[in-house]
Amino acid sequence: MKGLLDQQFEHGGVIITKVDDLLNWSRLSSLFPMTFGLACCAIEFMSTGSTVYDMDRFGMVPRASPRQSDVMIVSGTVTFKMADRIKQLYEQMAEPRYVISMGSCANCGGPYWQHGYHVVKGVDRIIPVDVYVPGCPPRPEALIGGILKLHEKIRNESRMKPTAIEQLIEKESHV
Amino acid sequence: MSDKREELIALIRQASDEVTEIANSTPFGVIIKTESLLSVCELLYKNPTAYFDMLSCVTGIDNGIDTGTMEVIYHLYSIPLNQSIVLKVILPRENPEIESVSTIWKSANWLEREVFDMFGINFKNHPDLRRILMPADWKGYPLRKDYKHEEYYRNIKIEY
Repeated sequence: MKGLLDQQFEHGGVIITKVDDLLNWSRLSSLFPMTFGLACCAIEFMSTGSTVYDMDRFGMVPRASPRQSDVMIVSGTVTFKMADRIKQLYEQMAEPRYVISMGSCANCGGPYWQHGYHVVKGVDRIIPVDVYVPGCPPRPEALIGGILKLHEKIRNESRMKPTAIEQLIEKESHV
Repeated sequence: MSDKREELIALIRQASDEVTEIANSTPFGVIIKTESLLSVCELLYKNPTAYFDMLSCVTGIDNGIDTGTMEVIYHLYSIPLNQSIVLKVILPRENPEIESVSTIWKSANWLEREVFDMFGINFKNHPDLRRILMPADWKGYPLRKDYKHEEYYRNIKIEY
């Protein structure tokens, strides 16, 4: 599929598109992740930002503040001591905000699932998660796969008012 | 090397009446009485033939309910003389208490806090004895053999 800017513009540069498509496209093309790492997954996260994997080609530049971030990549083991901080950072992010849970530890506790008295068994017990990336740690390719999954999710978002209930009421009133 | 050992053991005997050498220990180590810990450490720190100017590590061990004892192990190292020694004290499992050595080595401050955090061993005269790794409101001492974690911590379920 061609990107929007790869296409030739005709008709005086005017294009017609849906509001949803434009907003979704602009959002998913500049997802700023929060500069934030918890364990060895953070090393892979850093590699993803390096020249070889070049996270910047998705418009992703790590931001130093949750206020400027769109996506939180939870990269590593979430301990109970860290849980409150993560929740606070998440709440400081402006909406729309997304969370990628990176690696086994953040997904479900990973190797600490049985004897890890100090580990939260999945970051989704604290904050809502959009995409889970498996691996211990996941390679940068896997994280990029997760980012593309998140793109997919954002691309299908809609700002339209849900109509199902109204349709149902209309149908009931005719009976 | 063995001469040096004998020398050090003789030195420790000046401060502690009960000194037992630990068999097959590398670096070599001795078990001393709980009450004599501070005087032994002071001697090993100040004496020019010992000169243990560095406390590398403080370890805690829980021997379990059946044995009913806990151990605290001190790894000392002398930078100018390049020699090491291990000191071991054995404590009862009920209300384990030991004198803090943080007056001699500053590094003991955090090391002893860690042992306190994990085993609940009380270090007397410690300047700042509180948890170092676990959250301040954590219940229990995780590395004790009979440790059972709580069901919830701040409304987050602990069990998998």
